[in-house]
Amino acid sequence: MSDSSAKITLQQPALSELFLGFAQVSVSSFGGALPWARRMIVEQRKWMSAEEFNETFSLSQFLPGPNLINFCVVFGSRFGGALGAVVALAGLLGPPLIIVTMLAVIYAHYGDVAMLSRILGGIASAAAGLLMASVAKMTEPLFRKRWNFAPLVAIAGFICVALVQWPLPWVFVILAPVSIALAWITMRKSQ
Amino acid sequence: MNSNPLYALFGYFALLSLFAVGGANAAIPEMHRVAVDVMHWMTDRQFADMFAIAQISPGPNVIVVTLIGYHVAGLAGAAVATVGMCGPTCCMAFFVARVWDRFKDAPWRTAIQAGLVPVSLGLIAASAFVLARAADHTILAGLITAGTAIVTYFTRVNPLWVFLVAGLAGLSGML
Repeated sequence: MSDSSAKITLQQPALSELFLGFAQVSVSSFGGALPWARRMIVEQRKWMSAEEFNETFSLSQFLPGPNLINFCVVFGSRFGGALGAVVALAGLLGPPLIIVTMLAVIYAHYGDVAMLSRILGGIASAAAGLLMASVAKMTEPLFRKRWNFAPLVAIAGFICVALVQWPLPWVFVILAPVSIALAWITMRKSQ
Repeated sequence: MNSNPLYALFGYFALLSLFAVGGANAAIPEMHRVAVDVMHWMTDRQFADMFAIAQISPGPNVIVVTLIGYHVAGLAGAAVATVGMCGPTCCMAFFVARVWDRFKDAPWRTAIQAGLVPVSLGLIAASAFVLARAADHTILAGLITAGTAIVTYFTRVNPLWVFLVAGLAGLSGML
């Protein structure tokens, strides 16, 4: 997609836009919020370039806790300090908390989620496809960089988790230092 | 641990969140173990239903902790569990982000960032693969995954339309 071209003018979100942006992400994100966050921030509102989004998201993933919530805090604080983080978080968590509480009440009364889970089954298939498209878009900046080790690391991570089925946290903890060391060596060499 | 479930909820989820590197979904099995087997807060079936409800509702899937908290101790439980799961890690993320932005031009920061991005991308790709494997039991379901990937990569169609079609296909029982 053309959104990965580096020559776009980036916008600065105001506090109210931070809230609305993340609220928009939260109410549309079925089956994982990452594709929706990227769509809103990189493609629609142009608050970050594709590279910046990757860097900020990878930092959030490295920190303990839910990825997207970490991302929301890092993003919000970068554009609006502590207040920005709180506002973005309120946007991300507020609407789903209300919706999930209503669903919990309905569940307590009827206790039948069979129909809902059939619908969910279909959405889960689509959500996996949406995530694939997002990863493909996110990978594009990687091939423009001089860090030639990067595609190899990405492929190694994919194989360990998807095919060999090692636990994701372990793969992360082992692969991250290796990858950082490779990045460091590549940087030294190129200087 | 028997005196007030609110303390147990808060302490347990705060502790769990600190070990949930790589996302909340990695913590689901541990959550299940504690809620069902250790604390006997709910049955296996109830846990599965709550996980389904959390997935059906939009927003981050971590919201399953809100449901567990609500089940154990009502609205106060829901609030305490959510704050326990998100509070400590949010504070940590905030302070790391501060330090991170201060060292914008430091070479070590550039190296860490350049190193983390490909790891992150590999793991997200793996998540997409694992999700597809778990969700697609029929050829039609596989086609929905492939079709969604192609449509959302090449066009700017709002993915919610694709989700609507996929949800209806699921409801009809074709998948």
